[in-house]
Amino acid sequence: MDEVSTTQPGNFKDEWGPMDDVRPVFSTGVGINEETIQAISRAKHEPQWMLDLRLQAYQIYQSMPMPSFGPDLSEIDLNEIKYFQRATDRIARNWEDVPDEIKTTFERIGVPEAERKYLAGSAAQYESEAVYHNLKQDLESQGIIFMDTDSTLKQHPELVRQYFGKLIAASDNKFAALNTAVWSGGTFLYVPKNVHADVPIQSYFRINAGRTGQFERTLIIVDEGGSVNYVEGCTAPNYAEDSLHAAVVEVFVKKDAYCRYTTIQNWSTNVYSLETKRAQAEANSTMEWVDGNLGSKVTMKYPSIYLTGAGATGSMLSIAAAGANMHQDTGAKMIHLAPNTHSTIVSKAICHNGGRADYRGLIKYTKAAKRAKSHVECDTILMDQDSASDTFPVNDIETSDGTIEHEAHVSKISEAQLYYLKSRGLDEATASQLIIMGFLEPFTKQLPMEYAVELDRLIKFQMEDSIG
Amino acid sequence: MSKLEIRNLKVNAGDERILNGVNLQINPGEIHALMGPNGTGKSTLSETIMGNPLYEIVDGQIWLDGQDITEMSVDERARTAVFLAMQYPMEVAGISNADFIHAALNARNQGQPVAVLPFLKQLKANMEFLEINPEYADRGLNADFSGGEKKRNEILQMMMLRPEMAILDEIDSGLDIDALKIVAKGINAMRSTTFSCLMVTHYQRLLNYVVPDVVHIMMDGRIVKSGGPELATDLEKTGYAELEETLGSETSHGNSLE
Repeated sequence: MDEVSTTQPGNFKDEWGPMDDVRPVFSTGVGINEETIQAISRAKHEPQWMLDLRLQAYQIYQSMPMPSFGPDLSEIDLNEIKYFQRATDRIARNWEDVPDEIKTTFERIGVPEAERKYLAGSAAQYESEAVYHNLKQDLESQGIIFMDTDSTLKQHPELVRQYFGKLIAASDNKFAALNTAVWSGGTFLYVPKNVHADVPIQSYFRINAGRTGQFERTLIIVDEGGSVNYVEGCTAPNYAEDSLHAAVVEVFVKKDAYCRYTTIQNWSTNVYSLETKRAQAEANSTMEWVDGNLGSKVTMKYPSIYLTGAGATGSMLSIAAAGANMHQDTGAKMIHLAPNTHSTIVSKAICHNGGRADYRGLIKYTKAAKRAKSHVECDTILMDQDSASDTFPVNDIETSDGTIEHEAHVSKISEAQLYYLKSRGLDEATASQLIIMGFLEPFTKQLPMEYAVELDRLIKFQMEDSIG
Repeated sequence: MSKLEIRNLKVNAGDERILNGVNLQINPGEIHALMGPNGTGKSTLSETIMGNPLYEIVDGQIWLDGQDITEMSVDERARTAVFLAMQYPMEVAGISNADFIHAALNARNQGQPVAVLPFLKQLKANMEFLEINPEYADRGLNADFSGGEKKRNEILQMMMLRPEMAILDEIDSGLDIDALKIVAKGINAMRSTTFSCLMVTHYQRLLNYVVPDVVHIMMDGRIVKSGGPELATDLEKTGYAELEETLGSETSHGNSLE
């Protein structure tokens, strides 16, 4: 473990607001032990309760086994991981060192020149920061708290303490425990009662995407009657040197509130993305996950919604694209704990160049979930014989008056559709792309325009190899 | 301007021989009707001209304007001149009708994008002409269209893409009389000295509204009789069975009917 303090050039300004020019560049080196965790907490000047929570989580992490299901994780060497590098402190890498593959993709999907270096981690600051400073002020005037979780812990410790870990305990799974022990970064968003966040929150994150940390901790609270449409991530490839990404996201949707949480991730293919995302939906509230997974070596992610209040609605709309050497193991869990709760899961996957995408899902109706309803739809397109897909749906029903519909389809691109499109003059590649775009349309139409456009381009680009 | 010449075309579907030496010539500006009982190879001929890979050409050629297109891919044929209004148009959800037609026009325009505003204007005009609900421009391609709506949408695509050689495979099937008139109106609007057309149909009904220059009768994978519009009218009276009988006695003597 080494700890270095040094003076950085002035361009390392915190995007969250004004701060000192002097910042410690801090890394705990590879590996993890109790001292590492104490050092992380000390470096952040955290309250004692957070350190206690971290240390407790570390004990849990050590005692818990690796997941017993799903993709092969045996290649992760947990002793070779750097557990703490503050994302905003990363030293910019040379643009020349960014792999050509990534640069080409930026070009092909039309990422503006100004953003490319930033996204590739070779520029620490985005040029139009002032715009986002204004956005932040606008949010503050509505009483919305929107900042990184570390800063929130400093400025609103009581709020963090009230919600942190309340939906996802460290003991939930090994990687949630790890996250709790070493978390850093992530977003905190609080929307007050009856406030409708009507700002383009996604644009902030469009810019911020290059800095997502390894062990983000995100907390969203939408108070009674409030609403927010939150978008994070980026269709552009997120070039990460870190091979493990284990985020935890907790979302609290209070009575009559609405939250949509959209994520697009395109990790580079060295990354294991093992995430725990959970939301609680109180009476007559609505929680929607919109989740796109386009990259990584392995993704394991099953966002869940605990429908705890009568009349609550939960939905999950996801796409996964798995290419060569990729395994997307994703799905959703809907836990119905109250009467008249409804849930919908729509999962779409495309496997090409030998990629694998599996769906893993759970629908649970407890005794209290009278008249619950759920609809699950899984559609997969396999582009070639080397690609594969499975679905693992589980229904756990304790009521007698609920309904569940489940549909699953695995298909190739239909030859008949291809022929029809070609008979109008479209070549094979263009026709295939159109069919894929059509397949993904239920997802893309839910995205903000700039994401949808980029996603279209990205998929076309990724498909080129498959349909040459 | 397209002249279609089919020479001694023999086609298999799987192991089964469907076309047994079809000869056909359609000159620019002509509309031909191809009639005949079920299962005689009318659709096979249509699909083979388009290049459907399910059908294998065993012998013979298809010439378009003096160019042998037998080896061309489906999309090349389409970009060259050929349009096939299919008997069962495919549904492709998630691609809007307008986007699809625009993509097809782009493909025909040597990769140069076709300007969007004039395109939309033209699309709107043609949809009005064919009495198609304007909302259908943004609906998924044929998705949840009724049978008749799909047929009308095929005609809309033809009017937008303006092919020189159109094959309409049972464009009249499943249409009520009002829809039939609208479809006929679309076909008649295409008539010009540079447009040629082959209409496949079972019934004379369509030919009351689109009067063909030539009518062909197909049986057992061959064109067995050709003539003017009156041939269809006669056939309506006598039926195929009687025709088959007359012809049967002739073919048994080994006469070629072409």
